[in-house]
Amino acid sequence: MFAYVIRRLLLVLPVAFGVSIICFLLVHIAPGDPLTAIMAVDATAEEQAAMRAAYGLDRPLPVQFLFWLGNLFQGDLGNSIATGRPVAGEVWRAVQNSLLLAVTASLIAFPIGLLLGFLAGYFRDSWLDKLVTSIAIAGVSVPNYWLGMVLVIIFAVKLAWLPAMGAGPAGSDGWTFDWLHIRHLILPAITLAVVPIGIVARTVRALVGDIFHMDFVMALYAKGMSNFDVLIHVIRNAAATALSVIGLQMGALLGGSILIETVFNWPGSGMLLSNAIFQRDLPLLQGTILVLAMFFVTANLVVDILQAAIDPRIKRS
Amino acid sequence: MTALLEFDRLNVTFKGERTVYAINDLSLKLEQGEMLVLLGESGSGKSVTLKTLLRLLPPARTQISGGIKVNGTDIMTLSGRSLQDYRGGDVSMVFQEPALALDPVYRIGDQISEAVRRKKRVSREEARNVALDMLRRVRIPSPERRMMNFPHELSGGMRQRVMIALALACRPRLLLADEPTTALDATVQIQILLLLRELQKEFGMGVIFVTHDIGVAVEISDRIAVMYAGQIIEEGSTHEVINDAHHPYTRGLLAANLHDVERGERLEAIPGVPPSLEEKPKACSFAPRCPNAMPECRDKLPPVIEIGARRRVACFLAQQAVAAE
Ligand SMILES: Nc1ncnc2c1ncn2[C@@H]1O[C@H](COP(=O)(O)OP(=O)(O)O)[C@@H](O)[C@H]1O
Ligand code: SF4
Ligand SMILES: [Mg+2]
Repeated sequence: MFAYVIRRLLLVLPVAFGVSIICFLLVHIAPGDPLTAIMAVDATAEEQAAMRAAYGLDRPLPVQFLFWLGNLFQGDLGNSIATGRPVAGEVWRAVQNSLLLAVTASLIAFPIGLLLGFLAGYFRDSWLDKLVTSIAIAGVSVPNYWLGMVLVIIFAVKLAWLPAMGAGPAGSDGWTFDWLHIRHLILPAITLAVVPIGIVARTVRALVGDIFHMDFVMALYAKGMSNFDVLIHVIRNAAATALSVIGLQMGALLGGSILIETVFNWPGSGMLLSNAIFQRDLPLLQGTILVLAMFFVTANLVVDILQAAIDPRIKRS
Repeated sequence: MTALLEFDRLNVTFKGERTVYAINDLSLKLEQGEMLVLLGESGSGKSVTLKTLLRLLPPARTQISGGIKVNGTDIMTLSGRSLQDYRGGDVSMVFQEPALALDPVYRIGDQISEAVRRKKRVSREEARNVALDMLRRVRIPSPERRMMNFPHELSGGMRQRVMIALALACRPRLLLADEPTTALDATVQIQILLLLRELQKEFGMGVIFVTHDIGVAVEISDRIAVMYAGQIIEEGSTHEVINDAHHPYTRGLLAANLHDVERGERLEAIPGVPPSLEEKPKACSFAPRCPNAMPECRDKLPPVIEIGARRRVACFLAQQAVAAE
């Protein structure tokens, strides 16, 4: 197992390297000159060249990449073109906010999705199964930004129970665990939870239903195990697959949702990304994508390792 | 001494989109310590018979009538704890595909000992020792190490040995073996047959061994019951059935298979196909394929004729032969 973890970790290195190359090239592949966004329209060629030299854009690509990578290791992702502030700080703040939202949505989505999926699989073809399946389909197919708006209209505008936008009172973006802040979390977290609830419920339903029809379940009854014993066996069989679905959904949630963060004006990485795109703020875009990509890589790594830890069928050596 | 097992006019019907009359008026008696082979083509109801005996069929869709007594107890009255104790305790089962019948994510040792713990209410340690002892008895090499293995880490033959160890761990009076060697290579097949035979002697238990392979049946059984369309159409000692078959179906099987006793030969040499079981049989189910069929065979159910001690045939021919004497 230890060897597996080490090997899996080593495997991450080339992936991470590839991701960083892609992020780096992004700036240079993107159409248009990143400088035009910050230069005055009537800037002279000399002024442009000076600016180019200031940002190091006049050096050959590999050299630029090495410099960029070197800075990266010191936690320096460059400065935002739009605000001039360090990208690392912007991304870190946004990621924290997205993380908060993602973790809250996960805490809502996964227990509910697992429970619904399990019940539907256990009572396959019953009314409960049909209900859960309908919920799951609705959850996956209703556009969640639309659902977010509906929730805002009902709970923020009509009932005025909860705030419509922002991460805290008066647009504050420092988070504290008090009711004033938590109120802001409720609607976006619920909205964000709907899709993973649907996906997890659907997957687990199919999984549990299939496992219950496997021969070993009958063999368990044949050796005198109780319904409860059999249930434990089925859950342990489902665990690895359920975990990987959850892991992937978790990864998706961590990335933040551009649409939902925009609907709720939530200062997370999704919104940062959309700001960076619209303002052609390439260093910011680059940094945000890099950090998000690393999140995905890490989430996958964690899922793989956990899966290998609980499922003996996965080769560890 | 009470009989180990008695089926009295067992009927099993599956309800659903279509009705299947899987078992029709099946009667059978097994004495303590006997090894009986249930012989029949695929679909003749062998597995359903065994599953009925362990109460493993889905109750909502299955209609069961008739008496089933094990050691004198009507097993249809069991429920809850008593049913759990019965399953794997009095009667246990070895399945056809050990690769599918073992839980893929549990260790071999745990799969055996959890059954023991449930039954005998012993400590973890004691259950482990029982499991280890069982692995030795089914002659699995280095059993301590195997205890820690997962099913996919063993060969097919080893897995079936584990399945047998599991089934025998609580010393059942009756072992049901549903084509336990069909999924295995020929050489491994023989080893498993020999092992079962030895263990049956050693433990003195009764065995119902299901197969469609007449070679295997001859090799292993004391008695043979031939199944067709959910009925037993001929029954007797292995010697009697093989050397003096009365039912045209049994004779057909023997003619097709026994002249060159080839193990692994399938019972497909009789022309025609078995009937669909969507209607309850009102005449001889074998009539469409029977070389000796008479008009009455298509009219009425053939009578079950006792042609000797514990020797029965369900056929009009046998009735005529008895009448002629
Ligand atoms: N759970 C079930 N529901 C409906 N039909 C079944 C079920 N189990 C078995 N059958 C039907 O009962 C008949 C006998 O099956 P089976 O006992 O498995 O035959 P075999 O002699 O090959 O073991 C078949 O026609 C099969 O389709
Ligand atoms: S009862 Fe008639 S049809 Fe059936 S096996 Fe006997 S002779 Fe053949
Ligand atoms: Mg079968």
